[in-house]
This record gives sequence, structure tokens and C-alpha cells, in this order.
Amino acid sequence: MNCTVNGKLISAEPAPGQCLRTFLRGLGFFGVKKGCDQGDCGACTVHIDGKPFHSCLVPAFRAAGQEITTIEGLARDGRLHPMQQAFLDAQAFQCGFCTAGMIMTAATFDEQAHQDLPRMLKGNLCRCTGYHSIDDALHGVVNVEEEDGGGDACGKSLRNPFAQSIVTGQARYTLDVAMEGALHLKVLRSPHPHARIKSIGRDKALAVPGVVAVFTWEDVPRKLYSTATHEDHLVDPDDTYMLDNVVRFVGQRVAAVVAETEGAAEEACRLLEVEYELLPAVFDPEAAMEPGAPILHDKGMASRGNIYVDIHGEIGSVEQGFKEADAIHEMSYSTSRVQHVHLETHGSLAWRGEDGRLHVRTSSQAPFIAKQKLCYLFGLFDRDVHVFTERIGGGFGGKQEMISEDLCALATLKTGRPVMWEFTRAEQFIGATTRHPMTTHVKLGAKKDGTLTALQVRVVSNTGAYGGHGGETLAAALSSPIAAYRCVNKKADGYAVYTNMMPAGGFRGYGASQTTFAIECAVDDLAKLLGVGPFEIRRKNMIRKTDRIESIWKDPSDAIFGSYGLDQCLDLVEKALASGRGLPKPKGEEWLEGTGIALAMLESGPPTEHRSGAEMRLMPDGSYHVAVGSTEMGNGSTTSHRQLVASVLHTRAGSIAIINGDTDLTPYDTGTFASTGTVVAGHAVELTAIALRDNITDFARRHFGCEAADCRLQDDAIICANRKVSLAELYAAGTKEGHRFEVRRKAYLSPRSVGFNVQGVRVAVHRATGEIATLQSVHAADIGRLINPMQCRGQLDGAIAMGFGWALYEKMVYDDQGAMVNPALRDYRIPAFADVPRSELYFADTYDSVGPLGAKAQGECAINAVAPAIANAVANATGVRFADLPLTPDRIFERLSLDKLSARS
Amino acid sequence: MNLNTVTEVKRPSSADEITGWRDGYAWLAGGTWLFSTPQIATDTLIDLQSLHWPALEASIRGLDIAATCTIAELDGFEAPAAWTAAPLLPMCCRSLLASFKIWNAATVGGNICMSLPAGSMISLTASLEGVYILWPRDGKPRAVKAVDFVTGNHMNVLQPGELLRNIHLPATALSKRFAFRRSSLTHLGRSAVIVIGTQTAGSDDLLLTVTAATARPMQIHFDHVSTTAKLRHAIDAHICDADYFDDVHGSAAYKRHLTYYYAEQIRAELRQGAVT
Repeated sequence: MNCTVNGKLISAEPAPGQCLRTFLRGLGFFGVKKGCDQGDCGACTVHIDGKPFHSCLVPAFRAAGQEITTIEGLARDGRLHPMQQAFLDAQAFQCGFCTAGMIMTAATFDEQAHQDLPRMLKGNLCRCTGYHSIDDALHGVVNVEEEDGGGDACGKSLRNPFAQSIVTGQARYTLDVAMEGALHLKVLRSPHPHARIKSIGRDKALAVPGVVAVFTWEDVPRKLYSTATHEDHLVDPDDTYMLDNVVRFVGQRVAAVVAETEGAAEEACRLLEVEYELLPAVFDPEAAMEPGAPILHDKGMASRGNIYVDIHGEIGSVEQGFKEADAIHEMSYSTSRVQHVHLETHGSLAWRGEDGRLHVRTSSQAPFIAKQKLCYLFGLFDRDVHVFTERIGGGFGGKQEMISEDLCALATLKTGRPVMWEFTRAEQFIGATTRHPMTTHVKLGAKKDGTLTALQVRVVSNTGAYGGHGGETLAAALSSPIAAYRCVNKKADGYAVYTNMMPAGGFRGYGASQTTFAIECAVDDLAKLLGVGPFEIRRKNMIRKTDRIESIWKDPSDAIFGSYGLDQCLDLVEKALASGRGLPKPKGEEWLEGTGIALAMLESGPPTEHRSGAEMRLMPDGSYHVAVGSTEMGNGSTTSHRQLVASVLHTRAGSIAIINGDTDLTPYDTGTFASTGTVVAGHAVELTAIALRDNITDFARRHFGCEAADCRLQDDAIICANRKVSLAELYAAGTKEGHRFEVRRKAYLSPRSVGFNVQGVRVAVHRATGEIATLQSVHAADIGRLINPMQCRGQLDGAIAMGFGWALYEKMVYDDQGAMVNPALRDYRIPAFADVPRSELYFADTYDSVGPLGAKAQGECAINAVAPAIANAVANATGVRFADLPLTPDRIFERLSLDKLSARS
Repeated sequence: MNLNTVTEVKRPSSADEITGWRDGYAWLAGGTWLFSTPQIATDTLIDLQSLHWPALEASIRGLDIAATCTIAELDGFEAPAAWTAAPLLPMCCRSLLASFKIWNAATVGGNICMSLPAGSMISLTASLEGVYILWPRDGKPRAVKAVDFVTGNHMNVLQPGELLRNIHLPATALSKRFAFRRSSLTHLGRSAVIVIGTQTAGSDDLLLTVTAATARPMQIHFDHVSTTAKLRHAIDAHICDADYFDDVHGSAAYKRHLTYYYAEQIRAELRQGAVT
């Protein structure tokens, strides 16, 4: 078959059932991405004879005689296409994985299409940006700022150093590499929620041409571990085998096949003959706690049944507090099971290098911990394993998990061949992790004026079949959302319970999101009961900067106020909601209008151990090189790290090269999760930059014989008294004298500061159709100093959009045997361009005394306030409390048709 | 996605070349559904594009739409002014979950043969009293009313190997007045309900077609635009609770509710301006 790709004549024969996407990638056009492989996400968009197509749906043979353009061919004669330039100028991406498809789609828009963006962009999903910056790009808005001179980088919206490669499709994500002779790995997944594997017949599978090996539980190290990644391995239970002879949820790995082609591996999986002995299953955590429930894990603690962990605490006496109360509100609130849906699915590529070592290229938020786990599982020496990331297409906590590296490493160790494994989108839904669904019973007591006298919660978290993150998310659930309120009597009981469901894991907001939803809804319900306003009740009871940060534990804590801006956030949101901005209520008496707010507090970093290291060198040409262990998954830490360095070294960010996330090339880092990219890794970078500054000025002082106080760095030079010497010259002089301009520093997080977010929403609810229209969305964040305001806004926009998805659309639905009903993006709806309102964003004016250069963590916390604010607005509009998520129109209608609408409208 | 079980693609120049139909064969139109999900029972794709059927042919009898006509072609069709119901064409295209990019490949026939409740080409052709021409592998072509083609969720009257060749929309239907209502749980998402009413010009009749809310199209004819009570009664009589389709895109109770709600709006809208 002949076709033209980006102007080049190609002659190649596709397989009969091959799609154009894989055909193009096979030719090396890795800019053609796979987000879903089902035509839902648009990441694979290419042009065929000038028209945009989802290349995953195009039979490759139909490309014959056609002219195909991929993102790599969009720029002409070395000049970016105007749409590429627009995305560059607006920085209309975070992880950048959807960007190629987004640009290829938007590049075909005419004026009419520009007037109808919600419809024209409905075939392109982005999980990071919330579409705000994409909308900017399509309107020619320039968000990036240029540097004026050395030393002013911090606080500027500098562009992402990888921006050019992202908009041209050159940025290499995890599997954007060609590996000669790589085998493909596929797994057979369990159709049963709970079963013992009696036998696995592999003869037929092995007979499939191209199949190299089959691995079952009998072929893997019989070592228990947790797929969750944390610095402290003991915070997660060792309850998982790489492959097990008991399956505990529908979708659990049963066996792995490696073959020369994906097709052969899939065929072999279908031909494996597995004999199961079915075991009773339990899906509901309350039922799983009942005596007699089927036990998932026998850890010799029979009395605990399926309770993996329980946490209890009380300060003061809630019993006394409720006695003193004039009013008591009590209700259960629950949150749904949702998936991260990072556009790049999980995947790894493992091989043995010429050095004899095991190399693993992976899509992980924690490559160093993944390496430790591989060493442990396979009994390898630390020096024999190398795990690294290049560019990651989104994480959101989903990649704080080792779920693809292990089987690739196993297969490579067993076969000696390179092995790659790429999750399908369906596997993301049935075989990765989710947010922990939690049911939170809240009981609040208050005086007539709204002053809280008692706050009590009981949380039941469904951790699924394995307990990774179960304890930590439960602890988070019982921590900051409760500490956000000052009340002398607080009590909480929490249970993380094993069930035969897909295991839950880390997800942006990490447990705190779930109880924030419950408590913020309950506070509103209490306010309504008392006839107190939602702002008033919060101002009366919210934590103040002179308070101790205290949830339900009497022990001392390392959470402190490095800064405090909650009061400002509430004021900003109140003012914005009162401004009259936003859309008016739609016409018609069937529309009900309501306003809701919610606040959230989140500790700036995890309570568990977390550490990070960085190395810096002055290079012979006078530029700087930074190696930091944290990973870049679209969170923008690379950009902000450069800005931190530039600020300390009084130079331009452009003269700083940075690498990360590589166990060979960078110092150790626990992982980029728990909002640590700025406050831990960034802190390491800041300390390293300070050390290098001192290293350079110290040498200069000695070399030129002047006082340290007279030496200062400026751009690419050092000024010593009245002498200005270029850093390249200084480097040469130093090297000659045996001086080494290189340093390494480590950072550890304690104490931890706290950040705040307040979300306000005005909605209209249609009483007949149940439709919710967002009329205004307002968000205020207290995240300290903004290192890169554009990126900070991007993180907020993205988190708010994810919050809207959680509140209004997303839900993993299961049948009565624990099998997911909607494991595809067409049936599990994440917000599209049309679904996300443009939020007004505000920042409290604070400067943190703990975080680097005044900054606080911000990756997660913004999501926490969104869902309760929306739920509060809907309650305000309809008079009906929706105590569980999501608030889909059919559920709204069903409740409204049952509960008579309150008189207000 | 790759269909790794497919080992052969046939590209006939005439459908008659395909004889001896067997399990494992699949007609390939736009491919937007076939390539969107694993098809492990399929080993042979038979390309319909190579048949080169003219996409759209308008005549005084009405509009003939080849099964292989793409959604984009249908959306771009410029109808004669007399076809007052023609705006339903783009409206039903816009009722698809699929984006405009999918329209460049997806076909009208493909959407109909998928026979999903929310297939809005079914809504369109049923409401416009379409007639499908089916080509069995053996035997003479047969005609089936659009409203009778889909029999349930993902089910229809096609026999193995039988091909949907053509959709005829009669000019009489295209020349009617119409009213259209649709909703989805999400913005521009998959349709939860589509209700279309049509009315013969110069009369006060009403043809009400319910799709998406029900597993198969439901059609109710009224000689005269009736009262709210009669409309409700007629819907009660024609559509039972079990006909409403429950899925993640909307509960059955919700779809039932919206069917009544929109049907009443359509009745009221078409009653205005009706000639009695």
C-alpha cells in the first residue's frame, strides 16, 4: 500500500484489521497518541486529505492513496501552524498528551466552527486543563510571559520548557519509543469477583504462533507486597501477589502472556483454560463488616474480619457537646467510585541493557519506589535495576502505584527480551485503581447562633480487594476536613474495609475530598436548620490562624500555619458571588436558582515520610544543569523548579537545563504525589540552588580575593566587587584549580503548612428535566506565593473541572456480580469542553514561611471544595439535599418528583 | 483499535460477489463502531466503500440515502425549500454522541444497523416515515419500514449477511411541519430521549416518534392534535414501562418522564398553526 504521510511517500502493508493509529505509530509517528483507542478522546486525530479523523477508528488499508498529516507534519518550512503557535502562547496544555489531537482538530476550524466550540471540541478530551487555557488558545489569548532579566523568574508565567516539543508532537511519552524485538504483554483478567484458581491450562495458548511465554501464579515470586507506592512501605498492607491463585475482584490479573504481537498475546489469553472454584463475594463495605461475611484476606487477625484498618479519636467530649447543643444535624453523605482517566494509560517497557542491568521505562509518579519494589520482588541488587520516566501523560494519583512494571520486568527476566505492556482504556477502568468510595455519617451540634458544640463523623471507606492507600486515605479523610473547623468536642471513627471490588488507590484529594464533601454539605444543612447563612456559619466556626491545627487526635502534630488565607478566600468568593457576574437564570419558571459554597483545608504535603533530592552543576558554558528525582506528569513542577533555581541564582530560567525521574541520573525522590512537587522536590531544588550559589561565590571570593558580601550572581556572570566575570570564565578558572561547581541537597517535609480553597457556585436547576446549569463558578485559593501564576491557574482550572466531573457526571457503575457496566469513555463521561464553566479564580495574598520562596502545595486541594459547593447550590435551589454523588439529571428528577419541591422558586 | 482477529479484507465491486456468508464476516461501512471495540468473533471485513454507492439522491419522490452515506454528507445536504422537515437532518446528526470528526467516516447505515436506542439516524428516518431497502444474501431485496427495523437494544430484523442498502425518505414526510425535543444527561452527550412530532401541512394530524428513551422506536399517529389527556392516554397505551430503556445514560423512569414532558410540548407546539 502506498500513501503519503506528512508529504513523504510511504510504502508499507498494514495488517488486515489494523487501524491507522497503530500503523502510523509503527512508522515512527509517535505524535499520534492513544488515549482510548475507541474514538472517544480524539488524542489520535490526524488529517486525511485535509479532513480530521480519529485514526484509531480508520481501517489502515483505507489510507491507500491518501495524504495523511500528523502533528509532526503540521508545521511547514520550519514554521509552526498558527494553531500550534496559539497553543504555545496560551500554554493550552499541562501533561500535553491530548495536545496533538486537540491541535489537529482545531487546526481545521473555520470561523463558523470557532463560534461553536463546545460542539466542535466534543470529540477531544483533556483531563488536566479544565479547557480554560484551550479556550484561551482558540481565542488567541497569550498567557505566557517572557523573562525580562536574571532573577525575576519567580512570579512570572514562564512557558513550560517542553512546550515546543509538545505542540509539535516531538515530546516522548512512555511508550513513544521503538524498541527492536520487543515482546507484547497482555493479561487475562478475572471474570469473577472472588474465586480460587484450581488450574490454568496453557497448552492451547502456547500453541498460538508468536507466543513466547505464559506466566501464572506458579511462575512469580511468592512474595506479598503492596502495589501502592509510599516512602514508608509499612503504611500499606502487604496483601498482594504479583499473580495469585485467588482472585478477589472482577478484573484482577490471572495470567500474563508475552508474544511477538499484541494479537497473538490476546489470542493466547483467550485460549488459557482456567478452572475456577467460585467463592462467595461481598461488595458493600457495611456488609463486609458483618459477622459471617466472606473474608478476603486471612492475616491471622480473624476478629477484624474485612476491616483492613480502623482509626478512632476524640478530643473533648462529643457527648457533652451534643448535650450543650441547641440544634443537632445528622445525615449520611456518600461519594461515588471514580477513575483518574489520565489520558496516557498505564504502561511500561522493560529490557536488559548491554550492561546486563534491568531497565524499565515507565509511566509512574514514583519511579524510585517502583525500583525498590522490583528489587524486593525479584531479589535484585539495587545497582542492577534502573527505572525512569521521560514524559508522563497525567497521573492524578493513579500512577502512585506499581501495576505495570512488575510483569514487564518478570517477562524480561524470564525471556531475556524487551517487553512492553500498554493498558487499554477498558483496563484502566477494571484493572487499575479508583478513588475510595466513602460513606460519611456526620453529626453536628450547635448553639442557636451557629457555634459548633460537637462534630462527629463515622467514615466507612471501600478499599476494594487490596488495601493500598486504604489507611492513608482514611487518615486523610479524618484529618484536615475536620481540623478545618474549631470545635472543642470532635470525634471520628473510620473504617477502611476490604470488599470484592476493584482496589481503590490514591486520587487527587486523597480521602480528604470525600469527607470534605460530607462535612461541607452537613455544615450547610446545619446552617439551614438554624437559619444562619453559609458564609456566617463558616466564619463563626472555621479555623483561625491562632488556632492549633487539630482534628481528633490529642498527639502533637507537625502541621502549622506557614501562612493563613482562609478568611481572604471566603471574602473573595463572597464578593465575587455578590457581583452579579456570570449568567442570568434561564427564563422560565421551571428553573430554580441557588448558590452554594464550600471550604477546604489541606495540609501542604503528606503526613508520612517524604523526601526528595536534587543535584546541580554549573556547566562549562556558564549554564546550569539540575537533576531532580521528582517526575513531571503535567503538574508543571519542571517549570516551577527552574523558576525557583533562576530566582536563587539570579539568572534566567532559560539558562537552566533540568532532568527528572530517573533512578540512574537523578537523586532519590519518594515520588510526585501528595502535592509534593513544589513543597518537597521544589524545596530540595531551592536548597540545592542556594548551595550552588554559595559554592560559586565562595570560589569567586577566594579566586578574586574579595569579601563574600561583595560577590553576587547576575544572569550568566558573577559580579565581585567592581569586577564582572562570565560564569563560563569562572568555570574554566575553577576547574583549572580543581574546584567542582556541583552540589547536592536533600529535602524532607516537616513541618507542613496548610493551604485553603473556597469554591462558590451559582446554579440553575430545571425542575422538570433535572438539568443543572452552572451560572457562575468562583474559586479562591490560598496557596502562598505563586511561583508561576499561569500554572497555578491551570492547576486550579483542572482540579475544578475534575470536581465538576465528580459532582455531576462521573460514576463507575457495577452489576450485581461486581463487574463494571461502563468501562469506556463514551459511557463513563469525564467533562468535555462543553461541560466546564469558566471559573473566576482568585488568590489570597499570602507568603508561606515553610514552602520554598513562599509557595504552598496546590496540586490537589482545589478539587475538594468543588463537589460540596455544587451540591450545596443544588440544595439551595431545590430545597432538597442530594447526599450522594453524582448529581445527574435523572437522579435529580427522581428525587424532585418524590420530595415535593419546597415553596421557594 | 486494531482488530487483531481479522485476517482478511474483501473489497468487492458489487455486493453480489459476497456469497456463502458465514459467521466471522462483517460488513465494514465507516468502521467507527467496528474499530471502537474488540470484535473477536470477526475474521473478515467486507468493505462497502468499494461499492461506490451514490450518497444522496433527491427526487420528487423524496430523498434516497445510501447506507454508506456519511453523517457529514447527510449533514451537508442542501434540501429543497419545500422540504420543511429537512432541518431534522442536521438536528439528528447533532444528536449523535459522535463528534464531527467521526461524521467524516461514520455512515447513516452504520448508525441504523448498530440499532442502539440513541441512534439518531433511527430517530430521523423513523420520524420521517422512511423505508429501508434490505438486500438479503439470497433472494430479492425487501422493504422494511424504518419504525419496524429496530427490534430492541442492539437488535434488528437483519438476517445474517443481509445488507441495508438504501433509506428512502418520502417527499410527503419531508414536507411536513415538525417539532423536535431532545435531552442528554451531559452537554452534547448521548441522547437520553428524542421525541419528534411531524404534521402534514394544512392539517392537524400528528405523528409522534419516540426514540432513545425506548429500546426501539415507538410511533403514535393521531388524526388530530389532541388534548394533553388524550396524548398521555395514547402514550400509556402504546409504550409500556418495560419499553423504556434503562442505562448509564439515563434511568428508565427519567426517560419515561421526559417522553411525556416533551411529547406534551410538541403537541402544544404543533397545535399552534395547525389547520383544523
